[in-house]
Amino acid sequence: MAEKLPKTDVVIVGMGWAGSIIAAELGKEGLKVVGLERGKERGLKDYYVVHDELRYAIRYELMQDLSKESLTFRNNQKERALPMRQLGSFLLGEGSGGSGVHWNGQSFRFLPYDFEIRSKTIEKYGESKIKGLQIQDWGITYDELEPYFDKYEKVAGISGEEAHFGPERSNPYPTPPMKETPLTKRFKDATNSLGMHPYHMPSANLSEPYENMYGAKIANCQYCAFCERFGCEYGAKADPTVAVIPYAKETGNVDIRNFANVTEIIHEGGKATGVKFVDVLTKEEFIQPADTVVLTSYVMNNTKLLLHSKIGKAYNPENGTGVIGKNYCYQILPGSTGFFEEERFNTFMGAGALGATIDDYNGDNFDHSDLNFIHGGSISINQSGKRPIGSNTVPSGTPNWGAEFKAQSIKYFTRSLNIGTQGASMPVQHNFMDLDPTYKDAYGLPLLRLTYDFTEQDKELYNYIGKIADQIMLEMGADKVNERSNLESYDIVPYQTTHNTGGVIMGAEPETSAVNNFLQMWDAENVFVVGASAFAHNGGYNPTATVGALAFRAAEGILKYSKEGGMLA
Amino acid sequence: MAEQHSEKKMSRRRFIRNSGYVAGGLVGGGIIGGLIGANMNDEQEGTNTQGEHQGTSFLQAPLYFTNPEMFAVLVAASERIFPSDDNGPGADELGVAYYIDHSLAGSWGNNAREYMQGPFFPGSNFQGYQSPLKRHEVFDTGIKALQKVANDKHDKNFPDLEGEQQDAILTSFQNDEVELKGVTSKTFFNILRAATIEGVYADPAYGGNINMEGWKMKNYPGHQMSYYDKIESDEFMEIEPQALHSYTK
Repeated sequence: MAEKLPKTDVVIVGMGWAGSIIAAELGKEGLKVVGLERGKERGLKDYYVVHDELRYAIRYELMQDLSKESLTFRNNQKERALPMRQLGSFLLGEGSGGSGVHWNGQSFRFLPYDFEIRSKTIEKYGESKIKGLQIQDWGITYDELEPYFDKYEKVAGISGEEAHFGPERSNPYPTPPMKETPLTKRFKDATNSLGMHPYHMPSANLSEPYENMYGAKIANCQYCAFCERFGCEYGAKADPTVAVIPYAKETGNVDIRNFANVTEIIHEGGKATGVKFVDVLTKEEFIQPADTVVLTSYVMNNTKLLLHSKIGKAYNPENGTGVIGKNYCYQILPGSTGFFEEERFNTFMGAGALGATIDDYNGDNFDHSDLNFIHGGSISINQSGKRPIGSNTVPSGTPNWGAEFKAQSIKYFTRSLNIGTQGASMPVQHNFMDLDPTYKDAYGLPLLRLTYDFTEQDKELYNYIGKIADQIMLEMGADKVNERSNLESYDIVPYQTTHNTGGVIMGAEPETSAVNNFLQMWDAENVFVVGASAFAHNGGYNPTATVGALAFRAAEGILKYSKEGGMLA
Repeated sequence: MAEQHSEKKMSRRRFIRNSGYVAGGLVGGGIIGGLIGANMNDEQEGTNTQGEHQGTSFLQAPLYFTNPEMFAVLVAASERIFPSDDNGPGADELGVAYYIDHSLAGSWGNNAREYMQGPFFPGSNFQGYQSPLKRHEVFDTGIKALQKVANDKHDKNFPDLEGEQQDAILTSFQNDEVELKGVTSKTFFNILRAATIEGVYADPAYGGNINMEGWKMKNYPGHQMSYYDKIESDEFMEIEPQALHSYTK
């Protein structure tokens, strides 16, 4: 029998960026909050011996323990979905701070075009342009979301500079951009000479010491090259355990319970009454009653918990009706690898969000009239610091082991550069999430089932943006660039990106979206579901800044709901 | 460099000859590296100029393998994947087989943090690892099969074959031309290949990358606290590497 705990105002499931921000904002206003986090507590002192590529980057020390929970995957509905037995394509987080601990810190605001993608695309190109794409407006505009982006950037202390195509900002970035390096400069010179508009990548690895409105002190980055997949031992990367959680606790109103894995949202008559969770150490079960339930447990778990608890209408891929599990999107990543015979670079130095970017081929910043795709992506050089196990770049045609591989991988470790892109991903009817009929997690719940493959839109975007990346690389002086194979089937094995989105999308109508623009569920007014799960499609940037903005928006909504009740939009 | 390598091999043979443990048959079998003796770095490399790495060689002991012949196959196979050449030492001298051995004995070898519940099906090319075997079982199966193919084809043990013969066998595994039970030969090869590279470049604390020689070949400085004063420089920098060990000082 599950033990029933004393009721709280708000229970939050998952203490990553979104959960932490909401806890801090609600605690500040005097609401009693219980934060449930399935992983362990951690903070600056736990990131001490961190420069260990094998442990963190290859063996995924900070990531989800798949022996407890994973998901199943298939490319299409005709296949049998099988468990993702090992991490690969994306790296799910676990523990206080969530994926916000192991992120790189690239912190872009989505474009105004993203939030009104359907209207703006039809307006400019006509209805036929979006044929086959299940795109929809987000129920909120960039201008409406701008104050929340501003708050998020102030919490994280983001280091950046105005960009040519950047949307209007109410304030400059809280701190100036990171250092200019020979590599960022080379990218900027090349793109400038091609008539493009480069700028320094907005970064949560801070250029100078910063104190945020919660009193958290974030140090300045040391460019030590251990960001993505690592915690920062300097406290120089804005992460929830450094920037937000200490303050949330100081309010005296936020009680964070670690090792608490939520297995169900309990509900009655269209409203949640609390959540059930298991202590993963002792295996005891508890019920935490609450007036409001907030899900901030990443794309996969937000979707899974709703489907398993039967809240909201499950998505039906046969006719596109229903909402929970709808519009899963990923990202399209055509990079360019260039080889330099005469030069060597300090590629082993860097920071997760040290880089330069262009947006000339992002969103609708370029004309799509004669193109068979919409949107595009940001194109960047990212000097995050190459590490020797993960980086064994060799020219096309080199064998992947043996004497030649050894010689070439050693030679080009400091003689090759990469340009990366974050290509937007558009939803289609048959890419979705539901519950797996066969496989279960360690608590007896069904695994989430992911059905996903790349589309013609994705392939067109990939080829087009990839050629531009190559053009920039050659302009940067590369002697040659690697051939890029075509985008074929989505493969769950090689790492691509942890920018999964969708499943509990936001919008203006309950028929086509799961939450309104306060992230409040249409079908259960005291349930708020926050994170990239709310993205109606995935844009051409890293998602975290937009997640942060949505968290502040949701916090405002929850406060309002706690006073007034009812639907907020 | 090449000269140093042959010196090192000499000293290893000398060790094997002098060792009571291996005298009972292994030397006669003509192995290139027995369960002991594969990395006799302690003679030459146990202490660097600063005297920092005294005792490193204690890491070079088997914690998983119990059969010297099987360990010798692992040594030989990983050496073909990352061979000694003008750039520097190969997998053998870098202690890669010990790195792999230690990994197989731990959580990685036992897939402790991975989803291992059934039912099991082969899956498509895009669904990833679907074998019911744990990694240490994959190695047991794969290493034994390398030896068997060598025996069947050449009537010799895998370590005693010429390099090209070993490569041909490894290639047939990579191309999935060898039938194994419970796992494909391609999957075994891919894990072996990945683990070899890990052993070359993971921190020396894990048993490979002896004396950071893997890093030195790549001009990788390992664990450095800061490049704050260096990152803007146009100059290419060669920095003395540091390992995790330096955290303890």
